[in-house]
Amino acid sequence: MSRPQLKILDRVARVLPQIVVAPSFALILFFVYGFIIWTGYISLTKSKMLPNYNLIGFRPYERLFQMDRWSVALENLFIFGFLFIVIAIVIGCLLAILLDQKIRAEGAIRTIYLYPMAISFIITGTAWKWIMNPSLGLETVVRGWGWESFSFGWTNSETMAVYALVMAAVWQASGFVMALFLSALRSVDQDIIKAASLDGASPWKIYIRIILPSMRPVFMSAVVILAHLAIKSFDLVVALTGGGPGYASTLPANFMYEMTFRRNEIAVGAASAMIMLATVAAIMVPYLYSELRGKKHG
Amino acid sequence: MADHSTFVPAQNRSNVGLRILLWAILIAFAIWFLLPAYVVVGTSLKDLGEIRGGSLLALPHELNFTAWRHAWSEACIGVKCTGLEPYFWNSVIMAIPSVLLSTLLGALTGYALTKWRFRGANVVFALILFGCFVPFQVVILPMAQTLGKIGITNTVYGLILVHTVYGLAFTTLFFRNYYVTIPDELVRAATIDGAGFFTIFRRIILPLSPPIIVVSVIWQFTQIWNDFLFGASFTTGGAQPITVAMNNLVNTTTGVKQYNVDMAAALITAAPTLFVYIVAGRYFVRGLTAGSVKG
Amino acid sequence: MKSFAKALVSAVALSSAISAAPLMAEPKAEVLHYWTSGGEAKAVKALQEAFSARGGTWIDAPVAGGGGDAQAAVLRARVLAGDPPAAVQIKGPNIQEWAEAGALADLSDVAAAQNWDSVLPETIQAIVKYEGNYVAVPVNVHRVDWIWANPEVLAKVGATVPTTWDEFNETAEKLLAAGIIPLAHGGQPWQDATVFETVVLGIGGVEFYRKALVELDMDALGSDTMVKVFDQMRKMRGYVDPDFPGRDWNLATAMVMRGEAAMQIMGDWAKGEFAAAGKVPGKDYTCASTPSDNGYLLNSDSFAMFNVKGDDLVEGQNLLAELILGTEFQETFNLFKGSVPARTDVPRGEFDECAIKSMDDMVAAADGGTLLGSMAHEIAQAGAVRGAFIDIATAHFNSDMSSQEAVEKLVSAIKLAQ
Repeated sequence: MSRPQLKILDRVARVLPQIVVAPSFALILFFVYGFIIWTGYISLTKSKMLPNYNLIGFRPYERLFQMDRWSVALENLFIFGFLFIVIAIVIGCLLAILLDQKIRAEGAIRTIYLYPMAISFIITGTAWKWIMNPSLGLETVVRGWGWESFSFGWTNSETMAVYALVMAAVWQASGFVMALFLSALRSVDQDIIKAASLDGASPWKIYIRIILPSMRPVFMSAVVILAHLAIKSFDLVVALTGGGPGYASTLPANFMYEMTFRRNEIAVGAASAMIMLATVAAIMVPYLYSELRGKKHG
Repeated sequence: MADHSTFVPAQNRSNVGLRILLWAILIAFAIWFLLPAYVVVGTSLKDLGEIRGGSLLALPHELNFTAWRHAWSEACIGVKCTGLEPYFWNSVIMAIPSVLLSTLLGALTGYALTKWRFRGANVVFALILFGCFVPFQVVILPMAQTLGKIGITNTVYGLILVHTVYGLAFTTLFFRNYYVTIPDELVRAATIDGAGFFTIFRRIILPLSPPIIVVSVIWQFTQIWNDFLFGASFTTGGAQPITVAMNNLVNTTTGVKQYNVDMAAALITAAPTLFVYIVAGRYFVRGLTAGSVKG
Repeated sequence: MKSFAKALVSAVALSSAISAAPLMAEPKAEVLHYWTSGGEAKAVKALQEAFSARGGTWIDAPVAGGGGDAQAAVLRARVLAGDPPAAVQIKGPNIQEWAEAGALADLSDVAAAQNWDSVLPETIQAIVKYEGNYVAVPVNVHRVDWIWANPEVLAKVGATVPTTWDEFNETAEKLLAAGIIPLAHGGQPWQDATVFETVVLGIGGVEFYRKALVELDMDALGSDTMVKVFDQMRKMRGYVDPDFPGRDWNLATAMVMRGEAAMQIMGDWAKGEFAAAGKVPGKDYTCASTPSDNGYLLNSDSFAMFNVKGDDLVEGQNLLAELILGTEFQETFNLFKGSVPARTDVPRGEFDECAIKSMDDMVAAADGGTLLGSMAHEIAQAGAVRGAFIDIATAHFNSDMSSQEAVEKLVSAIKLAQ
């Protein structure tokens, strides 16, 4: 009587981990992958103002790639994403190392570096817009100090506007990256370092040869979080440049929104979303694969 | 703070120069980080004439909190002149359950994925992780349909569901990367003693988790509090979260802009997340220490 | 027996009267709008008060801005969730598209009872009717083709507000030479498009505007006249200051007020900004239409009624529709908003001189067939086509693209968007 029951319980216990993961996984399957499939389907229809389920093939993609605005947005994503991730990591890393030098008031400085991550760009975007406005902001102030040739009109220039986005985005995220690296620095094995410095290695060498390489896993978290910020950058563009001048600083998320909700081109919007997701997948999947593969235990 | 990482021991007099340079860099960055905050706070304290007339970077002539009071309790948002106050509580009601739910699910998932490594656990993790990269603009329409079908459109439950789902990817990332660093031997020993899945979670894993719980809560709270798009799309009228109300207050299509009230409203909206970062920031760094390091 | 029958009949009558009661249900309406703050919010509040005074329950659903227009996303989400708001602020061809999707309620009964046909200009009727039936209610008319000028600044170079585009260019050159910014402008796509359409109207004339921007005639779009339009746009680019990109329109208005710039081309909501700063029309600033052959570019806000279930909601929609187009509300609302009433028989006593000029010009333009919908403000075109116009106008204005190239791009972009 009790034996078969035990067996059942046993069996349940054995798959309990799967059962526990199941709800989260099911939610993700439906709300992420289900919706991606829905979007993919819609991108092959002639949906205009509302979704329409009659397939017409790849015409929306053809139209998408005939749009100048889209090529600009896609190109901007590569420039913006690459520079943003690299610069935020470099600055974050630098600040972490500097802050790790037994600084008095470390807590206060750390908070100052970290706070931008707490605030949405709907709020800080306006402030940056004013600061970068040549006649209202920094340019006027610095020229007032006597540096007459100082120029900071990035948001006003077709070629520079996308770099203005990079700057504001780096401003927001580099403190967070700093926190990631700082905590990683604090958990490096002290014995190895002691041994190295007994051998007469200079602090520089210790950083470059031992400490930074040992922090490789933290790069994964940093890259994932920064990449997610890059691909989702939407408010930033709206608040800072409005996608302008013209549409020179528009990003794919903004393009998708504009097409879907403003221009009654739901199919084209869906097509742009699919390209965006494919781009992320093409970059992130191999990276995550190698990271997760590399260590047997995580 | 470790000895190793000190370039410039304070006692070494020849390195005073380096020390000054270090401070100069740190302060330069601090100014860069504080500049927008200065603009926002400064503007919120000026009156409109001062803003129209002068440079945006100038100090306010006097401290004037009228704009703050106006934004909090008097300003008209749509046809209701209640200020931001009621919307503030809407956000609280929405954020707390979403944060707790997504954190709990993330913790359990992360635990099962690392300590009860079943076949395909890494694939499951990778699939969940990809959820980080779906822009919210993409999911509004299918989400609206789904919420309509379930019958929870325009309710706070709908919003809680949405925020829980799209927070899961992040909380799972945090907890999984944290639990990977906890030695498997702890779990194995407990299993031999006959402890089950949940017992081990409660007795061994949870007591080790506070740092990463703090990380997860801070992250989720910030994301959910700052969300605008879902809040705008899936609520209506009096139930809107504060970000939507703030946006309604500051955005006018063809009306007159009151920058001081706008900035005060923005600061009120950002206050809870700022507070959390300032107060809990220390734990944040500590939690990440243990967490993301050995990914 | 007879008395029993009588009693039965009266009982039936009574019960049917009771069951008919829901038809007289208390009106209720959820209103999705983007007039969320300042003078605009006051204007909506006037409507809500009138609605409540007639026993209605108003559920306010304000959604402003936030990435182009968050309201557009919210509306689609609500419709897809099967729960549309009762009344929604939409305008122009979007009304037609929603009606075509079968989402809008028919307002013919209210319209007939209130005699809308006789008080609305035909151009406006065409906007709010679908297949001959009213599906939306117009609230106001904003004129788009205005020049707001600082007379003192113009006087410095001995000029007045120009009445032809040649004169505009001459005056602008003089101002430049005197170190004054001729044109205050904000480089946001919709503002670039606003200037663009007034230039199309001015250089090409009413008929050209109608062919190119309303009927999308490819010959007109690719014509030499369009090249001239872009030539003029290139000249205008030289009349704005270097800091124009991204500037909000109201900051441009402030430049005119402060005398840094002489003129701004903007719709009559600019008046609200002057009024807020205590400036008086005719003295501190002047309003004049941009040079054209009596054209009038109109931008009209309206509320469309979505198909909803429930007698109380339908009742609410009818009451709202009646109130919105009532003379009383049209007057109070438009005084708050700076626009002019959509119906032509509203008392004028309270309106300022710019508003009265706008009303006179609108009636004259309606009679002369020169009343046109604005493209930049979603009356002549909406969605993809409007987007294509704006893309090209703004791309040309913000780069050194040649006029010929702009025309070629315009033709192919419009073809692609259709």
